Amino acid sequence: MATYIPTRAIDHAGHDQEPPSPPQSGGGEGHGDNFPNYGARLRRARLGLICGIVTVSMLFISLTSAYIVRRGLPTFDEVKQGYFRDWGEVPLPWLLLAINTAILLLSSITMEGARRAITRRAALAPVESIPGISLGEEGSFPWLAVTIVLGFGFLLGQWLAWGELKARGFLVNTNPDSSFIYLLTAAHAVHLFGGIVAMLWAGITALLHRPVEVRRIAIDVTAWYWHFMAVLWIYIFALLGLMR
Amino acid sequence: MATTATVHAHAAPQGFIRKYIFSLDHKIIGIQYFFLALTAVWIGMFLSLLMRLHLIFPTASLPLIGEIKPEQYLSLLTMHGTIMVFFVLTTAPQGGFGNYFLPIQIGAPDMAFPVLNMLSFWTTFVAFVVLICAFFVQGGAPLHGWTGYPPLSAVQSAGPGEGLGADLWITSIAIFCIASLLGALNFLTTTLDMRAKGMTLMRMPLTCWSWFITAMLGLLAFGVLLSAGILLLLDRNLGTSFYVPLVVVNGQIMGHKGGSPLLWQHLFWFFGHPEVYIAILPGMGVTSQILSTFSRKPIFGYKAMVYAMLAIGFFGFMVWGHHMFMSGMSPYSAFAFSILTMCIGVPSAIKTFNWLGTMLKGRIRFKSPMLFAIGFVSLFVSGGLSGPFLAQPVLDIQLHDTYFVVGHFHLIMGVAAIFGMFAATYYWVPKMFGRMMNEFWGRIHFFITFIGTYAIFMPMHYLGIAGGTRRYSQYTEVAYLAKLQPIHVFMTYAAIITIAAQFIFVINLFWSIFKGPKASDNPWEATTLEWTTATPPPHDNFNGVTPVVHNGPYEYGVPGAARDYVMQTDPAISSAAAH
Ligand code: HEM
Ligand SMILES: [Cu+2]
Repeated sequence: MATYIPTRAIDHAGHDQEPPSPPQSGGGEGHGDNFPNYGARLRRARLGLICGIVTVSMLFISLTSAYIVRRGLPTFDEVKQGYFRDWGEVPLPWLLLAINTAILLLSSITMEGARRAITRRAALAPVESIPGISLGEEGSFPWLAVTIVLGFGFLLGQWLAWGELKARGFLVNTNPDSSFIYLLTAAHAVHLFGGIVAMLWAGITALLHRPVEVRRIAIDVTAWYWHFMAVLWIYIFALLGLMR
Repeated sequence: MATTATVHAHAAPQGFIRKYIFSLDHKIIGIQYFFLALTAVWIGMFLSLLMRLHLIFPTASLPLIGEIKPEQYLSLLTMHGTIMVFFVLTTAPQGGFGNYFLPIQIGAPDMAFPVLNMLSFWTTFVAFVVLICAFFVQGGAPLHGWTGYPPLSAVQSAGPGEGLGADLWITSIAIFCIASLLGALNFLTTTLDMRAKGMTLMRMPLTCWSWFITAMLGLLAFGVLLSAGILLLLDRNLGTSFYVPLVVVNGQIMGHKGGSPLLWQHLFWFFGHPEVYIAILPGMGVTSQILSTFSRKPIFGYKAMVYAMLAIGFFGFMVWGHHMFMSGMSPYSAFAFSILTMCIGVPSAIKTFNWLGTMLKGRIRFKSPMLFAIGFVSLFVSGGLSGPFLAQPVLDIQLHDTYFVVGHFHLIMGVAAIFGMFAATYYWVPKMFGRMMNEFWGRIHFFITFIGTYAIFMPMHYLGIAGGTRRYSQYTEVAYLAKLQPIHVFMTYAAIITIAAQFIFVINLFWSIFKGPKASDNPWEATTLEWTTATPPPHDNFNGVTPVVHNGPYEYGVPGAARDYVMQTDPAISSAAAH
């Protein structure tokens, strides 16, 4: 058992013997907006994003396991009186999907451009605030806007792909393969749309003239999320395209 | 995403709406969750009363409600289970107490993402409203139980309540999943990133550990339930066949073909077993906290407690098959699931012995929080002991889907977790509302509830061993079950008395919140950070001061100390001697 040997004066929080300890460490970085610690906030936002990515991954992992189980399952055929696989291959609109993939990968690159540009601006912001120093209108290429356009382009492409499937006679309930194709692509599209909303919001912060560090946090986490969306799409495409 | 740039140290809001309704303050949000769960538990309890009455008077016509028909009994059952599991056991311990006390106990001014926190609560609220609506739509509430097995849950025409009612049920659960995921994300980030200086992970109170591990389980489990729910919605409404094989309903062949009802069971229980730990872990945390405080002794084996909770969480993801022994699974998988399930008994036993070791030779103060914490241990043991029986595939052939299972999970998950919440309420209401609860009525409430719950749920084991099936609405019609009817009569009267005793609790709660004697900052002489700040805590928790932590969370009875406890913010206990 420990022996109690006081080594320092009492410094209870909320009791006033001691001057308040300076805000430090652990993320408890103070209580005012006066000295916002953007580094800690960025770290926190990224941590939250990691948790979000874990969740979304779990969603798609469980859908994948359903996919594998359902695919291997024989079903009873009432006419032929026996068990048969009813998976029912669906011919994918390969070209369209390949173009969509290219668009999404391109958007990932432009998003990375946006992330790097804003990171640079945030790093230079203290210098810029020195009177008399101007760094010019740097980083004026509208990376974010281009990414948003490409994102909508991808969604439009997916929409066309669904139309193509429909035209070939494959609806969501035609056979298990078509069910999963619609399901997985739609689930991805919904999450991707969430990324577009985040980008629009990041754009609005720019219009609202929020501090560059705030915009940087928004764009940074959105960019990582967007890269995750690209990886996820490649995974889904591979699953649907190769596992057949 | 919209929260990434939110300043967590927001200023105290002024207007009523910003302050109490759409509040960003984790303390207000915690109280909102608490009252949501309190509302839910009363509704859930009322439904159980109706069920118990129906079981002993199957054909009686109840005032206002009329006669309960068999399908209505199943609706009551479904809604009771769903409300209790999701909106009580998952909501109050984590969303309520966790939200309120996690930031304070780790010395943070708020959760990491306050806006997200507010959204989590309101999403949960919407989920609850959607669920309740199921009662009032055409056909009423669904029949398929809280586990929602297809094909019953997946075919619209499978029964009354399986139409719109079941759609609302599954929608509500999907919304609840999203709310829980947002909450889990917030809890994890807060615990990892917002701890005050000196608050190392191994200095966190066990309550914080339990909320942290619960959040991990939630983050991994709710996404699976969400995807399972989406598949179910598609089967129900778009005619897909994920779960539904060729089925004939009322002589009519449905359009489905080739789906697997077992697929749902796998996905559901992959979520479902971790979910039972989501319900119980916070109760374990608060029990550890209270046993140590009221025994005036350090918790026995702090590290073992942490590792045991981690082990429970880890194994919890590998045992879902023990709910499916009777599904025709391969005996080899059944064997594996059985062994893994028994493994969970080990950390559970470690925790139990550590709780007993904590109380051993303690100078115990039998206050109402302590009584309920002891009750938790008792119920955890009684309910836990039946688990290893159920985990034997051979025994489960007899016991599956009988009242034995109902007895098992009510003792361990139902009432034990509820006792954890009662303990937390008696323990923390002084801090939350600044007033003490009445001790005398707290004890009366404890003794009636403790004896009452045993009286309700212990006989169920006997009933189950005798072959009493669960989820039947009328046992009087079956010869061998009719003989067991006196047990049902006994349980119903026990339930009526126990439910009546809960009025003591709510009256005590509300009377104390408004009229109880003022609480001091540290009425229980406890050590953790929430007791260093004012009662109730100021908007930023510590009045502009960031606490600095020097000690572990359970330093009671330290030799040489002026008091019999050393607070976490007190000067460090000399490091050579500490541990
Ligand atoms: C040593 C620990 C435990 C073991 C070995 C164990 C084992 C089992 C088994 C094998 C079943 C399935 C019985 C059947 O359906 O035939 C079961 C059901 C259940 N257990 Fe446990 N259990 C343990 C602890 C817990 C805990 C801690 C909780 C909750 C906090 C819990 C909650 C439940 C629930 C809710 C069910 C029934 C679900 C339903 O069918 O609606 N169990 N348990
Ligand atoms: Cu289980």
